[in-house]
Amino acid sequence: VKSAKKNICLASIAVGIAAVVYAIILIMNKSESSLRSPLLIIGFLLSILGIFKLPCKKHKSIMNVVFLFPLLFTFAVTVIIPFIIGIFYSFTNWDGIGFTKFVGLQNYITMFSSPDYLYSFVITFIFTVVNMISVNVVAFSLALIGTSNLRGRNFYRAAYFIPNLIGGIVLGYVWQFIFNKVFTSIFAGSVSMLTDPNLAIAAILIVSTWQYAGYIMMIYLTGLQGVPRDVIEASNVDGATSLKTLFKIKIPMIANTFTVCIFLTLVNSFKQFDLNLAITNGAPSRLLGDSVVQGTSFLALNIFNTAISKNQYALGQTKAVVFFIILAVVSLAQVTINKRKEVEL
Amino acid sequence: MKAEKSRNFALEIVCILLVFLFLFPFFLVLVNAGKESAGIIIDPIGLPNNLTQIFTNMGNVINSSNFSYWASFANSAFITVVTLTLLVVFSSMAAWVLARNKKRWSSIIFLIFVAAMVIPFQVVMLPILSTFRNISTMTGIQMLQSYGGVIFAYLGFGGSMSVFILHGFIKGIPYELEEAACIDGCSPEGIFFRIIFPLLKPVEVTVLILNGIWIWNDYLLPSLMLGLNGKIKTLPIAITSFVGSYVKQWDLILTAALLAMLPVIILFLFAQKQIIHGMVEGAIK
Repeated sequence: VKSAKKNICLASIAVGIAAVVYAIILIMNKSESSLRSPLLIIGFLLSILGIFKLPCKKHKSIMNVVFLFPLLFTFAVTVIIPFIIGIFYSFTNWDGIGFTKFVGLQNYITMFSSPDYLYSFVITFIFTVVNMISVNVVAFSLALIGTSNLRGRNFYRAAYFIPNLIGGIVLGYVWQFIFNKVFTSIFAGSVSMLTDPNLAIAAILIVSTWQYAGYIMMIYLTGLQGVPRDVIEASNVDGATSLKTLFKIKIPMIANTFTVCIFLTLVNSFKQFDLNLAITNGAPSRLLGDSVVQGTSFLALNIFNTAISKNQYALGQTKAVVFFIILAVVSLAQVTINKRKEVEL
Repeated sequence: MKAEKSRNFALEIVCILLVFLFLFPFFLVLVNAGKESAGIIIDPIGLPNNLTQIFTNMGNVINSSNFSYWASFANSAFITVVTLTLLVVFSSMAAWVLARNKKRWSSIIFLIFVAAMVIPFQVVMLPILSTFRNISTMTGIQMLQSYGGVIFAYLGFGGSMSVFILHGFIKGIPYELEEAACIDGCSPEGIFFRIIFPLLKPVEVTVLILNGIWIWNDYLLPSLMLGLNGKIKTLPIAITSFVGSYVKQWDLILTAALLAMLPVIILFLFAQKQIIHGMVEGAIK
C-alpha cells in the first residue's frame, strides 16, 4: 500500500511539473494560448499535492513549507513586491504602465513645491489632531456614562456602535444629504456647510467622530471594566470624590487603553479617505496665493486624484511613499513610547 | 440611595438623548427613502405621507442598471465569504507553523508580517495594478476585473494582521497537547486540522469579524481592481456609481443607502455580542 501511494505521488509530481514546464514554455514564447493559465495552476497544485502526500522522512519540513506558502505567496505578490517596486517607481517617470528614465529626486521636489500637496498636508495634519481629540473625548465620556449601572446600557452601547459597522462611502452620501438638505431646512435660509472649505472640513470631522466614537468607546469600556472593584471601593471608603477616583485611579490604571485608542484614531484619521470622497470629494476649491487648490482634499484623496484622475502615476506614488514614511515614523514612535511606559509601570 | 437614583435617572435621560443623536441619520434615511423627490425638498424631516412609496423607491433602485442590487449584493457576499474562508484557514496554518518552529527563519517571517501592518494601502495600490496587469498578460490568469484577483489581494492584505492575532493565541496553547497526539500516531497535518484549528475558534471569530467588516465596506481596493463601471460591482462601488448617475435624486440615493446598510444592520442584530467582542479584541491586540 505504501509503495502504491508513493508511486501515485511521484506520478502526480511528474505530471504537475511537466504541465508547469509546458506552460512556462508557452509563456516564454509569448503564446496567447488559453491553455497556459489552467496548465500553470493545475500543474502547480498537482505537484504540491504530490510532494505533500509523499511518504518520506522530511515530511514535517515539507508540511511547514506547504502550510506557509499560500499566505506568504499572496502577501509577497500584493504587499512586499508592490511596496518595493513602488519605492523604486517614485524615482522614475512611471506612467502606470512603464517608465523610460530615472529622474532622481525630481518627483519629490515637484511634490514639495506644489501648493495642492502642501495644503493637503496641512489640513490632514489639523484634521488628524482635532479628530483624535474629539473622538477620544466623546468616546471616553460615553464609556464613563456606560459603566454606571443603568438599565438598558447594552442597548445604548449598541446604538453608539452601529455607525462604525457601515462603510464610510454609504455614510458619507447620507451625511452629504444631511448637510445639504436637512440642516439648510432646519436652519431656514442658511447655506450648506459644505460650500465653505473650513466648514466642510468641520463637517467631515463631525461625521468622522460620529462614526468612530462608538468603537473607541467599546475599547475604553473594556479597559474600565478591568479596573478592580475593590480598588474603587477602597477609594470611596477613603472619601475620594468620584472626580478624584476618575483622575487618580481610573485614568492611570487604564493608561494602556489610552495609548491603544489614541494610536488607532491617529492612524485612522490620517488615512481618512471614504468619508472625504463621499461627503465633499475635495470641493469646494480655495484660492491660495495665485493658485487654486481643492479645499477639502486630505492626503489619501490627494494621492488618489493625482494618480487616477490626473494620470500622474509617478508623482502619486511619490506622495504615497511619503505618506507611508509618516505613518511608519508615527507607529514606531508610538511603540517605543509604549515600551518605555510599560517599563516604568 | 435617593441621590444615586436621581443621578441615574438624569444619566438615563442623557443616554437616551445621545441615542437619538447617534441614530438620527438612520432615521432620516428611513423616512426619506419613503418619499418622492419633491417631498424631500419640501420637508426632509417629517414622516412620509404615503407608506407604500418606500416600496416603489426600492423597486426602482433594485431594478436600476447602475445599482443592480441583487447582483452587487451577491458579488459582495461572494467575495467576502470566499476571502474569509481562505483567510482563516491559510492564516491559521501559517501562524501555527511560525509559532511552533522556533528557528531564525520563522522569527524573520513573523517580523516581516508584523512590520507590514504599518504599510498603508495607498503606497502599494498603484504598483499592484501594474503587477496584476503584467501577471494577466503574461500568464493569461485574469487578475484585474475578476473575483480571483480581488480575493487574492484581500488574502495578501488581511494576512499580516490575522497571522499576528492568531500567532499570539497559538503560543498560549500547551505544546504537550501536540506531543501527546504525536505519540498516539497523529500526522503533523492531522494535529493541525483535528486539534489546533478547532481550538483556535475564539480568535478565528475575531479574525473573521475584523476582516469581514473591512472587506464588506471597502471601497478603494475594489474600485481600483474592478473599476467603477466594470462587470463586477460590490455594494460600495454600486452605490458610488449609482450616486454618480442620479445626482441629487435623493429619494433614490437614500433608498440605495438604506438597501446597502440593511444587510450589516440585520447581521448586527443577530450577532451583536460577537461582533463587538471581535472588533474590540482585535484592536487591543
